Amino acid sequence: MSKATARAENKSLLIKGGHVIDPAAKINSPMDVLLRDGRVAEIALPGKIRGGADEKFDARGLIVAPGFIDLHVHLREPGQSYKETTASGTAAAAAGGFTSVCSMPNTAPVVDTPELIAWQRSPERGAVVNVFPIAAATRASKGTTLTDFAALQRAGAIAVTDDGRPILEDDTMRMCLRLGAELNFPVVQHAEDTRITEGCCMHLGATSFRLGLRAASGTAEAAIVDRDVSLALQIPGARLHVAHLSSADSLKAVRRGKRARARVTCEITPHHFTLLDEDVGEYNPNCKMNPPLRSATDREAILVAIADGTADAIATDHAPHADHEKQVEFERAAFGITGLETALALAITQLHGKHKIPLTRIVELFTAGPARVFDLHGRGSLVRGGPADVTIFDPKKRWTFEAAKSRSLSHNTPFDGWQFTGKVVATVVSGKVVYRAD
Amino acid sequence: MQRLPIHSIGAAARGSLLGIEHLDPRDILALLKLARRMNAAKPRPLLRGKRIILLFYEPSTRTRTSFEIAAKSLGAITTLVQSSGSSIEKGESLLDTAYTLRAVGADAIVVRHPSAGAPHLMARHLDIPVINAGDGMHEHPSQALLDALTILKHKKSFKGLQVTIVGDIYHSRVARSSILLLAKFGAKVTLCGPPEFAPDLTTTLAPGLRLTRHLDEAVRGADVIMLLRVQKERLAGQKIHLHEYIERYQMTPARLKLARRDALLMHPGPIIRGLELTSEVADCTQSVIVDEVRNGVPMRMAILARALGKAK
Repeated sequence: MSKATARAENKSLLIKGGHVIDPAAKINSPMDVLLRDGRVAEIALPGKIRGGADEKFDARGLIVAPGFIDLHVHLREPGQSYKETTASGTAAAAAGGFTSVCSMPNTAPVVDTPELIAWQRSPERGAVVNVFPIAAATRASKGTTLTDFAALQRAGAIAVTDDGRPILEDDTMRMCLRLGAELNFPVVQHAEDTRITEGCCMHLGATSFRLGLRAASGTAEAAIVDRDVSLALQIPGARLHVAHLSSADSLKAVRRGKRARARVTCEITPHHFTLLDEDVGEYNPNCKMNPPLRSATDREAILVAIADGTADAIATDHAPHADHEKQVEFERAAFGITGLETALALAITQLHGKHKIPLTRIVELFTAGPARVFDLHGRGSLVRGGPADVTIFDPKKRWTFEAAKSRSLSHNTPFDGWQFTGKVVATVVSGKVVYRAD
Repeated sequence: MQRLPIHSIGAAARGSLLGIEHLDPRDILALLKLARRMNAAKPRPLLRGKRIILLFYEPSTRTRTSFEIAAKSLGAITTLVQSSGSSIEKGESLLDTAYTLRAVGADAIVVRHPSAGAPHLMARHLDIPVINAGDGMHEHPSQALLDALTILKHKKSFKGLQVTIVGDIYHSRVARSSILLLAKFGAKVTLCGPPEFAPDLTTTLAPGLRLTRHLDEAVRGADVIMLLRVQKERLAGQKIHLHEYIERYQMTPARLKLARRDALLMHPGPIIRGLELTSEVADCTQSVIVDEVRNGVPMRMAILARALGKAK
């Protein structure tokens, strides 16, 4: 974890009059929360907390939740600071209600050494929320030689992945899961059979045919997920996490693993539960991402998985890119969109507003769910004595997202100008307010 | 949630021709009508002094020359920019090239590009008309229009016309544009080819499309047969072999007899004799392959005149 937020001074903050939703602690009722010295000091019925506090936060009409955790963020440092920096990316995270983000290693160079993990965690990076780095699973993420998992873990990496690419070879994946099992270290898979998807830039369907774009179906993802689940079932203690799961068939494989008690988890992005392949429209580069936006059938399956508990977390896959990488021929445009500042709004507007998924489940997908995936002990729940990471939001607030006002260095989002319900009001990291809505 | 049209990043300038898909049928009819009044042999200086840039990122014979002759027949000045021998070779982006061409005074840009959607990207960022002369596997609207012009010289209307399109539909921009145009006017379109070239997905392009794997069935009773070029390199790695393709999908005089006696035989070119059609078929009286090329000039004159607001 970054120490940037650990200087919480000897201050106390009383969050008063709010409605606490903390699924891990089974709390869903009006509560006051007292934070002191960067820790949760007390959670009690309204008005029951005695004694003063240095600061008070009036949370009437608002939801007070454990700090949100995003398992999948591209902070782009080292080497790609024209897209994003740790400082700008974590500022965007704070504005989106995230108190912790897990950073992806596909930077330049790839984060495949303990030194680079330490560099990422250094206070000099200027993180305003907690950063949990994920290290590369293979050297330079080339998929051949495994990195030094144990050393990376000691340096503070919380998992390994070759995200941006799959760990494709059966043998390599088996070795990753084996070594991961020995160290209780999760392996995060970007599931994509790149032998099928070469040159593809969207989901195979009526839209890709209409636009004349090379495309691949969800099978390219599901085949890898299925293989990985089978491997995880063979290796006792293996921990497999499926990143940005997007296809209906992948969910079948995840369910197979979960039923057989394998430690298989998965995350879903807001864009996959919101948009469809047809939203690519007339070559909108901000609807180009990997995995691609998929069919209505896939989105339906994803919504079911979110509701029934198969999905473990909502993760943004925040992937900032500069204009000159997006405003090019669609085939050549960079994959990915920003997502930190729209995730909660999309979850409330789409999942709660449109699909009637309870707020408690949504909060779980942002808190207890992701905390369990990577064993982020003490995070994802407001436990007394635990880190004072809190997200305060207004589930009814209507607002319009303007990409130009984003804290991210990049503005590659398909949601510019969208009207949302549900907005982050304040984000507290280690007892300190790091974001407060105007 | 109120959803903004996330597709419309910027509007194309008036007069642009990006594809058939979003073209109004009345617009298509007006273009065809205008083309009938155009004649390269009788130049009309409608576009005198206008600068039209032909930006070609892919090789082309007929499309490029016919756009050029069309522009010159209307009195316009043309400049050809190709990817080799220009700054494109040095890594200039498509948009920077487009801005440069605009800055040197282009009044319209005709673009051929290997990437689908490249003309759309240019059109979103330019205030001058962009004409799509073929983008990747997406569309080739001027080809569909000249084919429509050719058909209407022989047939009264598209309504109820039985049109059969044979070959590599999946990879063909000509097929996409023609299917979209014909479907807009109520033609009955049958697609024919092996699954690699005519996957089931092809029928999603427009309502009412029929798909068959059997050429005899596809051709029987047809008013118009459109053949597509088979790119040998596309057959590589496919399940179907060249000789098998020829056996099952080559247009022969015997197969042509299954169509109506007055059926038109069309092909956007370049044709490969002995592959998708025999020489006898290419040169038979029903073949209008050469007419298509000829009609390309007046059709493109109409497209350019419309682009620059001189559609009279």
